[in-house]
Amino acid sequence: MNRTGLFALFTAIIRRDVMIAIRNRADAANSVVFYVIVFTLFPLAIGQDPTQLQALAPGVIWIAALLATLLGLEGLFRSDFDDGSLEQLVLTTGPVPLLILGKILAHWCVTGLPLLLVTPLLAPMMQLTGLSTAVLLLTLLIGTPILSLVGSVGTALTVGTRRGGVLLSLIVLPLYIPVLVFGSTAVQNAELGLPIAGQIYLLSAMAVLALCLAPIAAAAAIKISLN
Amino acid sequence: MSALSLAFHRLASLPYFYSLAGKLLPWAGGLSIVLFGVGLYMGLVLAPTDYEQGDSYRIIYVHVPAAWMSMLVYVVLAISGAIALVWRLKLAEVVARASAPIGASYTFLALATGSIWGKPMWGTWWIWDARLTSELILLFLYLGYMALQSAIDDRRTAARAGAVLALVGVVNLPIIHYSVEWWSTLHQGPTVSKFDSPSIHLSMLIPLLLMALAFKIHFVTAILARIRPEILVREQRTQWVERLISQRQS
Repeated sequence: MNRTGLFALFTAIIRRDVMIAIRNRADAANSVVFYVIVFTLFPLAIGQDPTQLQALAPGVIWIAALLATLLGLEGLFRSDFDDGSLEQLVLTTGPVPLLILGKILAHWCVTGLPLLLVTPLLAPMMQLTGLSTAVLLLTLLIGTPILSLVGSVGTALTVGTRRGGVLLSLIVLPLYIPVLVFGSTAVQNAELGLPIAGQIYLLSAMAVLALCLAPIAAAAAIKISLN
Repeated sequence: MSALSLAFHRLASLPYFYSLAGKLLPWAGGLSIVLFGVGLYMGLVLAPTDYEQGDSYRIIYVHVPAAWMSMLVYVVLAISGAIALVWRLKLAEVVARASAPIGASYTFLALATGSIWGKPMWGTWWIWDARLTSELILLFLYLGYMALQSAIDDRRTAARAGAVLALVGVVNLPIIHYSVEWWSTLHQGPTVSKFDSPSIHLSMLIPLLLMALAFKIHFVTAILARIRPEILVREQRTQWVERLISQRQS
C-alpha cells in the first residue's frame, strides 16, 4: 500500500468513528456529564471555603478528567469488537498500529475534546484565575491524549474479558500517575506564580513517547484479545 | 542440533521441567533456610548497633532485600513476558504467571517493614516519601497484572496479554519513579534517607548482602514451588499428567 492509500485509510477510520459518535451523541455526552458531576461532588465533600477550593482545584479537576477519560475508554473498542469489525480492521493490509492510532484520535476528539470545552466554564466555580485556567487547559490539551493512548492498551487487553470495566481501571490507573502529577503541579505552580515550563516539557515528552509506543502495544494487545 | 540447543529445548519442555523443579526444590529450600539463618544471626546479633538509630536500623536486613527483590521480580516478569511473546516459550509463560504473586508479596513486605521502621524514626506509620510511594504504585502494578491473569480463562492468551501489560509497565516504571520523586520534593523537603549515604560499615554490609542472597534463593524456591502446580493445571489434559495422577493413586 502506498503512502496516499495509507493516509486515506487513516482518515477514513477517523471519519467513520467520529461519524458514529455524532450519530450516537448521547454516548459521547455521558463522559462529559460524568466529568461535571464528579467535579460538583468535590466542593460538596470538602466544603465551600473559596481559598481551600482554589488550593484543591488543580487536583480535583485533573482527577475528574482522568476518571471521565477512563469511563469513556471502555467504548473505544467495545462495539467494534462485538460486531466483528475490529477483526476486519486487523485483517486489512495496512499497518495495524496506525489504524489503531486513528481510532484513538477519533475517540479523543469525541470524549477528550469536550472535556476541554467545558473546563473554562467549571474553572471559575473553583475560584481559578484566568491564567491558571489557561495553564489548566494547556495541560489537559497535552495530557488527555496521553491518557487515551496509554488507556487504549488497557482497553485492548480487557476488551475480550467479562466485566472489563473494573479490571481496566485497575490496570490503567497506576500508569496514569505521571500525567496526574505533572498536570496538576503545573496548575498549582501557575497559581503560585512559579514557572511551569518544566512540567509542560515533561508532559509533551510523555505525549510523544505515548504517541510512538502506545499504538504498537495496543495493536499487539488487540491481536491477543481477538485470538 | 547442537548439544547446547538440545539441552535448552529439553529444559523448556514442561514435563521435564516439572520433574527437574521437584528435584531442585528441596535443595533450594534448604539453602535459603541456611542463608536466612546465617544472615539473620549476623544481622540481628553480630552486627554493631547504629549510633544514631539504635537497634531499630536492623529492620533493613529484611526491608532492603525485600525492596530490591520487589523490583527484580518485576524485571523477571517483563523479561519472561517478552520471551513468551516473541518465542512463545511455554516455560516463560509459566515463570511470568508464577512470579507475579511472589513479587507482590515482596513489595508488600518492603512496604510493611518500611512503615514499621518509619514509626520510631519519622514518628508516623506513613509518609508520602518518594520511595514509599513508588513502591506502593509497584504493588498496584503487580495487582493489576494478577487481576488480568485471573480474568482471562485461557492460560496462553492470559500469558500473552500479561506480557504486553508487563512490558508497558516496565517502560512506565522509571517515568513513574521519577515523577513521584519530583512530586515529593515539590511538596516537602527532601527526606533524610539513611540508605543514600554510601558509607555503610563492612560489619553491617556483609549481613545485608547475605540476606539479599537469601532472598534471591528464596525467590528461586518459591517460584519452583509455584511452577509445579501451574504446569499441572496447564497440562491437565495431557497424557503425562494423567499417567502421573494414576501413578499417585495406585
